[in-house]
Amino acid sequence: MNVGNVFFALCTMVALFGGVVTVAAKNPIRGAMGLLASIIAIAGFFLELSAQFLAAIQLIVYAGAVVVLFVFVIMLLGPDARSTGGLELNSIRAHWWRGIGAALLLLLAAGVGISAAMAAPVPQPFADAPLDHGTVEAVGKFIFTKGMVPFELTTGLLIVAVVGAIAVARGKISPADQKKKPVAPLKLFGGPVVSREVGPVTKGGVS
Amino acid sequence: MLGSVVEHYVAVASILFTLGAIGFLVRRNSLVQLMCIELMLNAVNLALVAFNRQHSADMDGQMFAFFIIAVAAAEAAVGLAIVLAFYRLRSSVFSDEADKLKH
Repeated sequence: MNVGNVFFALCTMVALFGGVVTVAAKNPIRGAMGLLASIIAIAGFFLELSAQFLAAIQLIVYAGAVVVLFVFVIMLLGPDARSTGGLELNSIRAHWWRGIGAALLLLLAAGVGISAAMAAPVPQPFADAPLDHGTVEAVGKFIFTKGMVPFELTTGLLIVAVVGAIAVARGKISPADQKKKPVAPLKLFGGPVVSREVGPVTKGGVS
Repeated sequence: MLGSVVEHYVAVASILFTLGAIGFLVRRNSLVQLMCIELMLNAVNLALVAFNRQHSADMDGQMFAFFIIAVAAAEAAVGLAIVLAFYRLRSSVFSDEADKLKH
């Protein structure tokens, strides 16, 4: 057992634990934290696979942007984002064949993995990679020569995604609401919190 | 030896992908479903990078993983925007209640 083995075992445990938490958590915030743990562990795998650039990108984009976006939306929705066990359980009971399908998928994946392991009885350890494998210079050179066209298309994709996300999430104000007097702003300091119409009444609230 | 063979990484990636797929199929909370999609994309990235380490003559696998990360970021932004729009419509995030097209 050397350092690499311990690191791999640690990353595996964290990634699988994070995945289980993501799937099973009733509170989506916990799920997001599980996803974060899984993402950080996968960045560790990237480091061990000599993909330093991708490890950094993984941390910046996934842990820094995607998970934060998830947490923003969960906080925006408030208590309504939480799964009520009853509703989900009822729906699982009504759609039991989905569970069967998921179990079959699990069996299929396990079968493919085991047969792949059987097909190669002697696992070949990694050969030595080139010294600059996965560095910023090497990956950048590769992207800007061989991957030039998809890279440029990605810029278009991101622009379209930004515009689409704004257009979908902004919504329209109905003409009836436009004539209505705007609601008094929530008092953050001093005075009781004005409870909104949507959602359950807060108990106590901030005083 | 742990972590020096491509099979170990592929095993972890397949377990993570299956976890994500099961979560996507079983859960009804659309936020959790989106998170499960992210988990699946991450598992695919791990497999791609592991195979690229095995065939380290070029960097096709890492390039694919790079583009998958970009696409996943765009997908998360648009997916969460759709969840917000749906919440505004039905005051719920459960994908069971997204049945406006059915009736």
